[in-house]
Amino acid sequence: MKRPPLGGLFLAGMTGSGYRLDMADSEFSPLPEQEDDSLRTRLSWFLSGASMIFSIPAFILMTAHVGFAGFASENGVSLLQASFMVAAIWALPANIVLIGAISGGYSLLGAAIAVALSSIRLMPMVAAFIPEMRGPKTRRITLLFLSHFIAVTAWVMGMERFQHIPRHMRTSYFAGLGMTLTATNSLVVALVYFLSTDFPPIVFAALFFLTPMYFLTSLWGSARDRSIHVAMVSGLVLFPLIHHLAPAYDLLLTGFAGGAATMAYVRWARARAS
Amino acid sequence: MTWHSLTDWWWPYLFILLAGWLPTDIWRYLGVLIGGKVREDSDALIAVRAVATALVAGVIAQLILYPSGSLAESSIFLRIGAAAVGFLAYLRLGRHVIVSVIAAEIVLITGLYFS
Repeated sequence: MKRPPLGGLFLAGMTGSGYRLDMADSEFSPLPEQEDDSLRTRLSWFLSGASMIFSIPAFILMTAHVGFAGFASENGVSLLQASFMVAAIWALPANIVLIGAISGGYSLLGAAIAVALSSIRLMPMVAAFIPEMRGPKTRRITLLFLSHFIAVTAWVMGMERFQHIPRHMRTSYFAGLGMTLTATNSLVVALVYFLSTDFPPIVFAALFFLTPMYFLTSLWGSARDRSIHVAMVSGLVLFPLIHHLAPAYDLLLTGFAGGAATMAYVRWARARAS
Repeated sequence: MTWHSLTDWWWPYLFILLAGWLPTDIWRYLGVLIGGKVREDSDALIAVRAVATALVAGVIAQLILYPSGSLAESSIFLRIGAAAVGFLAYLRLGRHVIVSVIAAEIVLITGLYFS
């Protein structure tokens, strides 16, 4: 599924979809890249990222936030507070943990620790995302700012789309993608809260199932080498086991154990190939 | 200090920033610092990506096996079956996300109706 940017179509045709960056390629594109850093080009890539709001994954994320608005209002969090949470935290599990802590009467510190535990997973995710997103001249402050918009959906979308975006335009593209997703979902929460839309439980059940199916298929499809598939299968298989043994740290431990299993596979595959 | 400690209008927002934004974005910033040190096409990047991917796979397993809300009342076998059918449909029918989602939803909704 290739989607041309809104503007700058000509440029996109030249550098955007003409080549793919594979693992084996060097950091820079094989073409001598025209350093077209004009504001106009940046804006057109920003808009191209923003236009991803009209995509299936963006729609699925919005349905998840429909559920979140209902959860917030059930727990006595106001419309503005719920909307502010989405924009300021931008990680649905952390939002749900925070509301759970609020309704459980946790202290500020207790709530912060609970949220911190649920958000640790963002660290390896961002660490893997940054080398894909940064261009040769990207400043660290830009990356720090943009990292706020990295959550699971934006991560999966970015990892999938970046290979079609010229490297020095990826930050502009992700700024459009991430900021539009965040702003739109804050509005969705406010709107659904305001209308106090209520659906029968079967609708919510069906909507909540969209998210894992999207993650599962698009993460599988975006893999550029087999190690990603090995990592996915290890994570899927190890999670229930680890959840049983150490429920508080299940996601983090799954990440490390699955990562270790994947590296063992990578070593083995190399040894066999040589 | 809890959510209800102060009645000022700004307190809940400060609470959200200190108990929500700070403990979340701190990990993102650390990720930027770590990711900035990782070189392209290095083994370290393969490792970081493997950890992150396994972790997201863990999130997927969590959403299917231990969901919250309305989905929690459905049978675990129904959810695993629906996910498996959806994933098989993805692999066999031309690798379209939408095909997989529709196949999984058909199984899930049918199962929910007859349970």
